[in-house]
Amino acid sequence: MSSSTPRLVRTAQSDPVPPAADRADPTGPADAAGPTTPRTTPNENGDPGRTGTRARPDVAGRLFAMTATGAGATILVVLAAVAVFLVLRAWPAMTASAEELSEGIQWFPEGQTLLGFVGPLIFGTVLAAVIALVIAVPLAVGIALFTSHYAPRRIASGLGYVVDLLAAIPSVVYGLWGVVWLAPRLYPVWTWLADNLGWIPLFAGPASQPPRTVMTVGVVLAVMILPIITAVSREVFLQTPRLHEEAALALGATRWEMVRMAVLPFGRSGLISASMLGLGRALGETMAVLMILSPGFTYAFELLQAGRHQTIAANIANQFPEANPLGVSTLIATGLALFVITLAVNMAARWVVSRRKDFSGAN
Amino acid sequence: MAQRIDIKDLDVYYGSFRAVADVGMTIEPRSITALIGPSGCGKSTFLRTLNRMHEVIPGARVQGTVLMDGVDLYGSGVDPVAVRRQVGMVFQRPNPFPTMSIAENVLAGVKLNNRRISKGDANDLVESSLRGANLWNEVKDRLDRPGSSLSGGQQQRLCIARAIAVKPQVLLMDEPCSALDPISTLAIEDLMAELKDDYTIVIVTHNMQQAARVSDRTAFFTIEGTGKPGRLVEMDDTRTMFSTPTQQATEDYISGRFG
Repeated sequence: MSSSTPRLVRTAQSDPVPPAADRADPTGPADAAGPTTPRTTPNENGDPGRTGTRARPDVAGRLFAMTATGAGATILVVLAAVAVFLVLRAWPAMTASAEELSEGIQWFPEGQTLLGFVGPLIFGTVLAAVIALVIAVPLAVGIALFTSHYAPRRIASGLGYVVDLLAAIPSVVYGLWGVVWLAPRLYPVWTWLADNLGWIPLFAGPASQPPRTVMTVGVVLAVMILPIITAVSREVFLQTPRLHEEAALALGATRWEMVRMAVLPFGRSGLISASMLGLGRALGETMAVLMILSPGFTYAFELLQAGRHQTIAANIANQFPEANPLGVSTLIATGLALFVITLAVNMAARWVVSRRKDFSGAN
Repeated sequence: MAQRIDIKDLDVYYGSFRAVADVGMTIEPRSITALIGPSGCGKSTFLRTLNRMHEVIPGARVQGTVLMDGVDLYGSGVDPVAVRRQVGMVFQRPNPFPTMSIAENVLAGVKLNNRRISKGDANDLVESSLRGANLWNEVKDRLDRPGSSLSGGQQQRLCIARAIAVKPQVLLMDEPCSALDPISTLAIEDLMAELKDDYTIVIVTHNMQQAARVSDRTAFFTIEGTGKPGRLVEMDDTRTMFSTPTQQATEDYISGRFG
């Protein structure tokens, strides 16, 4: 008994890792002070001869709790600082009249309000990112499933390594590659699309040459976000409990049926998170878009035509060097719009994940 | 629908390591056969060869024959997926699909075998399978709740319902009660006694009282030492095995002097 008591005390105090569900919660770090509370355990054990163990301060535990809380708070502070900066600096543009904007800023479209200016930019940004996601997510899921459940281990690790390498390529290199190498090779594809599927408004021709279009940008963005989505979903798929896979196989599922029954449902929320990470990158990507896209400010759905779209990030990079104070403020206002879109998308994704929380397998 | 299984000269390998050697036995239809023995003696491995689930582990292979009503499960042209649809399995830990509701869990295997099933038939099958697993009265009001919302014992019965919903010939149970409390264990044991009217049941258990309570025949496996393959020592009627076993090793094990 006397030998087991101190051990009990130590495990109670030196177990500062909160449960996984808490760690995923942004408020988690604040709860990290919790693990220090079971200090009363030795008292409850009714072992008065051992009160010495109770008095020993749990320095490591405290330090950990403080560090974790601090780290959590830092994120919130940074986020708030960015939001405050954006709102403060965008304020002059948001309060300026249409005349002030078009007179004060050389590149501002004549007679347009700020909203009328930001609208097509938001549209272009979301459009390019959505194209990228539509191309990248199925491909990433395919690669992730192949590496996690189909490929022999040697091939799988090699492929995983190559995919991770893709993430290390700077975006300016992707931009160069897109303009110099990919775009000319995509042109025949886009022409074919316009000729054969042109009756779908999205692919209405004629396909622009050179194809500095939002579609080409979408393809390059897809390549850029592929590694992050693949890597995250591969890890999630690998986490599928063996029990669930065996349950499916024992029912007479083929490998693909097992994947559909056990792996994909289990990885669903992780896949959504991975897609959001990719979407975030696609929404904010600047350099590659700037280098490839021929800009335009319309709400055009014709993906194969150049000079129709522009993204917020590329527009900021394009105009910023020569912008006057009001121009900078306008650009920051568009940045604020991007910030809000990203937040909204992430919140929507969280909502989608939490809607079927009971079925997530986390309980 | 229950079928006899004849196993002859069965060796199981993991890579070059022989895990189980020279097993030969006959498993009678409509009966419960218990496999007992110390940890690592290969009884679970052997059980998994009866529905080719051992093949899930890379490098695992089998030599010998397993005849189910005269058909060799390891014959060329036999699809392991088809074998598993005939031979259901219940695992050590309850494993309902967490992303599916209770009803969807029951229907999971059926939807694989026969994609088109009318809503009425599906409802009937859910009810009959859950009744068959003695779970219907406990869950009939919450069939659309996740399977993971049930208690451990209920989850295990849900897994049994899922296994019998596809109407297999044989039901394999790999220590089905080892993660359950005594009351849930009793519920599963009662259920097994009912199920043996329709199915051939093979159960691996570490609990010798359980083997004595539920099984008709008992097979005792043992292992001579680390790195040696597990072997079948003897198999007989459960009553005989627990009263007058012919082998000294069996007597040592069931009387608690070994393992």
